[in-house]
Amino acid sequence: MGDPAQKERILIDNTKMQTILFSEVFIITLVCGVYLCTVWLYRKTKLALLHPLLVSIPVLIGVMQMLDLPYDTFREGSRIINFLLGPAVVALGYKLWEQAEYLKRHAVSILTSVFVGSVVGIVSVICIARWMGADHVLIATLEPKSVTTPIAMDVAEKAGGIPAIAAVIVIVVGIFGGIVGPFVLNKLNIDSKIARGLSLGACAHGLGTARAMELGALEGAISGLAIGLMGLMTAILVPIIEWIIS
Amino acid sequence: MLQGIFIIMAFYFLGECCSWLLNGFVPGSVLGMLLLFIALLCRWIKPGLVKPVADFLGNNMAFFFLPAGVGIITSLDILSKYWDVVLVVGIVTTLLVLIVVASLQQWQEEHGRSRSKGKNIN
Repeated sequence: MGDPAQKERILIDNTKMQTILFSEVFIITLVCGVYLCTVWLYRKTKLALLHPLLVSIPVLIGVMQMLDLPYDTFREGSRIINFLLGPAVVALGYKLWEQAEYLKRHAVSILTSVFVGSVVGIVSVICIARWMGADHVLIATLEPKSVTTPIAMDVAEKAGGIPAIAAVIVIVVGIFGGIVGPFVLNKLNIDSKIARGLSLGACAHGLGTARAMELGALEGAISGLAIGLMGLMTAILVPIIEWIIS
Repeated sequence: MLQGIFIIMAFYFLGECCSWLLNGFVPGSVLGMLLLFIALLCRWIKPGLVKPVADFLGNNMAFFFLPAGVGIITSLDILSKYWDVVLVVGIVTTLLVLIVVASLQQWQEEHGRSRSKGKNIN
């Protein structure tokens, strides 16, 4: 037991183990595996609270802690998966094309709804955050919380907020909106597929779209459009509303 | 399949180029989405080539968010500092945007429908 050579061998075995476990191959396999398990669980139980996103993230964090896997290693290893978010957004252009007929018929109403949604989003953030005594930096960080991460970071920075925190808040808000959204829509008897997709994309960007895809092809496509519109309008409106208020 | 990957990546790159020209005001992926949509509308590319890749990417969007979601752990200390504001603002305004956009859209559709019906009767 106390043999130093043996101790050393265990140490070498550990580092060997780590080079395998800390590799890209293992990390991608792990993320895919955990996600597929949670999808299976979600389909079996049909409980919205067990949505794959909501279960996968804590499970992955737990596994990382168990294996002493540092976050930086995980981020490096899962870079390809994160990268595919970009092409996934581009691919929504195809989904949008499939629904071009609906779009032409509802172009005006869609633009109006997202415009009002964007104004309501920004003004409500400012009012509530001020009422709670938040400083300007925090308000500027929260303002773009309903839009897709790259736009949110940029808008937050230009308004005087902190981009890195904005990115995290966007993800947290997106998970919340994506999970709770469909329930609220059902409770309010929103049965228009365009209204369902549009509102999910407008309040929870890509995560809302991921959920809208589960509801149907039209909902998913419109939701993808809402990400772009909401991002554009919020980016233009934040400086204008800031200027009006100050 | 490979042709589809090429088309999506090419439009992503085009979007990135436009984004660069706009000083990164709009992300390249969102511009790529709009460009791909326009190209399909104008029949510049065959939809059948893109479909398999677009379906794969579009139907698994939640999966691609996992690394970003796990990234939340790096900011837990900052989040916990402002947790009350983030929680209240996050919940209230997200629901507000959801409800406003959904109700307004549904109302406009119903309103428009009854108006066009009235026209038909006249």
